[in-house]
Amino acid sequence: MLSRVADSLYWMSRYFERADNASRVLKATYGLILNPAKFSTEERWFRAVSSLAPGAASSNVDPQRALFLLVADTEGAFSIVNCISVARENARQVREEISSEMWEHLNRLFHEVTGIELQPNDDAGAMRAVSLVREGSYRFSGITAATMNHDEAWHFIQLGKYIERACNLSVLLDAYFVVDKHADDLDWVGLLSSCAAFEAYCKACTAELKPERIANFLLLKPEFPYSVRYSLDRMHEALTSISNLSLSRRTEKVERLIGRLQSMVAYVQVGEIIADLHKYLAAIIDQCRELHAAVHELYIEYPIEGAFQT
Amino acid sequence: MIIETDSSDRGGAETLRRYELDGAYDEMFRAVDHPRKQYRLLHNLLLSLGPGELRRSKHEADQSFFNQGITFTVYGNDKGTERIFPHDLLPRIITAAEWERIERGLTQRITALNLFLKDVYHEEKIIGDGVVPGKIVYTCKHYRREMRGIKVPRDVYITVVGTDLIRNPEGSFVVLEDNLRVPSGVSYMLTSRRVMKQIFPGLFQKCRVRPIEQYSQELLSTLRFLAPEGRSEPTVVLLTPGAYNSAYFEHTYLARQMGIELVEGRDLVVHDNVVYMRTTFGLQRVDVIYRRIDDDYLDPLVFERGSALGAVGLFNAYRAGNVAFANALGTGVADDKAIYAYVPKIIRYYLDQDPILESVETLLMSNPAQRDHVCQRLEEYVVKAVGESGGYGMLIGPHSTEQERSEFREKINAQPRNYIAQPTINLSTAPCFVDGTIEPRHVDLRPYVLYGEKITIVPGGLTRVALRKGSLVVNSSQGGGSKDTWVLQN
Repeated sequence: MLSRVADSLYWMSRYFERADNASRVLKATYGLILNPAKFSTEERWFRAVSSLAPGAASSNVDPQRALFLLVADTEGAFSIVNCISVARENARQVREEISSEMWEHLNRLFHEVTGIELQPNDDAGAMRAVSLVREGSYRFSGITAATMNHDEAWHFIQLGKYIERACNLSVLLDAYFVVDKHADDLDWVGLLSSCAAFEAYCKACTAELKPERIANFLLLKPEFPYSVRYSLDRMHEALTSISNLSLSRRTEKVERLIGRLQSMVAYVQVGEIIADLHKYLAAIIDQCRELHAAVHELYIEYPIEGAFQT
Repeated sequence: MIIETDSSDRGGAETLRRYELDGAYDEMFRAVDHPRKQYRLLHNLLLSLGPGELRRSKHEADQSFFNQGITFTVYGNDKGTERIFPHDLLPRIITAAEWERIERGLTQRITALNLFLKDVYHEEKIIGDGVVPGKIVYTCKHYRREMRGIKVPRDVYITVVGTDLIRNPEGSFVVLEDNLRVPSGVSYMLTSRRVMKQIFPGLFQKCRVRPIEQYSQELLSTLRFLAPEGRSEPTVVLLTPGAYNSAYFEHTYLARQMGIELVEGRDLVVHDNVVYMRTTFGLQRVDVIYRRIDDDYLDPLVFERGSALGAVGLFNAYRAGNVAFANALGTGVADDKAIYAYVPKIIRYYLDQDPILESVETLLMSNPAQRDHVCQRLEEYVVKAVGESGGYGMLIGPHSTEQERSEFREKINAQPRNYIAQPTINLSTAPCFVDGTIEPRHVDLRPYVLYGEKITIVPGGLTRVALRKGSLVVNSSQGGGSKDTWVLQN
């Protein structure tokens, strides 16, 4: 596959996942702020902003504007509308690679979301956009899985989706497990809902909300699709499949990085990491970044010398 | 979106009663209420429709175009840069006999033009024999001296052709223009067929319409035919200027239909006169390039220096015979509008046959007598710049103002070689669904010709419609739209 195409598929997938993540977090946060609780509305919005728009949260969060900014701000790189636009723009560059159904769906979603023409303070409109993306993203995953060959293109899409998810989950967990600010039950429900995990958690661990169990579930549970462990397993699969296809390329570095990253979640118990969760999560994010750079150098922007096929 | 029936909507029968014929040949009606034989089924269907039904169908079709992203890019407009391609709901129908003549005529014409190109870039016999003046050939905007003496793969210069035909008031098809460089529009022919089958399944089946869906397979085998010797499993790619080009939808569509890579210039690397593309598995050799970029932008080493659309060294690889281009470079010399005037002679010269399809009478402004004649009667003529396409640089005499005419008179006198004039032809009209009613609009026809091992023309083409009432300009850049074109089985 063309390197440029692989790159676009990867980013299409990452941005779509980013929009999906934002829609989950916003839906959960919006549900939370309706209730009076230990945390103030500002603090809750601050948490949402800091998990969705890292770097942008340092200033005081204006709760009136937070929702609008995270949904519709075309300047901010993090807003849902912007993520969907970038995902679509990437898809548009590689329309011949993705299936018509995928393009049609993404295109329609883009037009629906941008068609709302949100004004600040229009919470209902903002939440309508959030819902569109929530449903749209499940559908997009299904359409993608069902309509395209599970070949190299698919593996780059999977890689983008799960590296983004692993990073997003780590950032989100970090925002909830801030030291010395213990959340109440309602907040833990919020965290689980942000990961579409509430029902799954109850099934696996009962409805008793214990921080350590929640951390274990969202970090280390290999069976749950919105856990870090699950995401890293899928990344490993995707990278192995790509490297098996490409035969002679030098893949040692990428294999070493994904192996090390995966072992961080595969051979650890929650008791060992809960004390300094922040450091642990930061290490996962750093290693994801390192892996991203290595993949880019191996498959996308490699030096021409020695790259001729025999 | 909910489409309300407009209270002014009338049923099909009433709408058709108001259909007005003017002097042009009408594709559907011999006279008011007298449809031609091939249109009877469509006519009956229209008569049976109640108010609002056509509007609903039109909406359904629009929706289908939009969701499939069948759009073209509008330049100079940063919001909503994509629009759906304007299309008309009612098919244009061509009989088997009419098509047979078009097919023979185009095959003859393209064969002759290909021989002309080979001759012009090699022995120049036609110039030596005084049939086409060398002065006109060498001054063509798209004549490429770099192509002289270069052997092109299989001697095929024009792999893909889109010839514009019009129907004159007498009812016969006449060639208006040959597009021999990078003709576009074929994706609209293919996609609008898909939509029409969805909208009028019953009618489509009853009419026994010949299929066009095989176009992509035909195109692929035509392209593979050009591969360099010894490359038994050639890699064919489509070279696009990128997502911001107005025809990008078509590029992606064709690449996907053929299952080939859609590459941009930045994906290509030339090393030792061999072309490679950057893939995730390393550099992969490229054998045939279906390029949708003009000659000028292909290789900054040889042509336009500032171009980032092509790749450095492509032309040398081509010259070395390591890669094929479709179409070849320099084919624009044969669709120059001044050369067009010589095509009947070109056909007689190479094939010793009379042209099957007529051309439009063409006056060369470089000829002083013809120039004087035209300049005195500009209001009767259509004046065109020779190297332009897409309806740009054109004066339509009968629809022009005195000021436009005097501007053109100056332009013509300043650069006579750059202009030709043709009598204004009243293009045929076809019924179109416009604003809730059915009205005649002028149309042309662009069939697509593939030149590989043999010449193949899929039965159909793009019928382009001048959507503005009374307008004779059908180009999409000038407010034109399209119709599905049905060629009937014998």
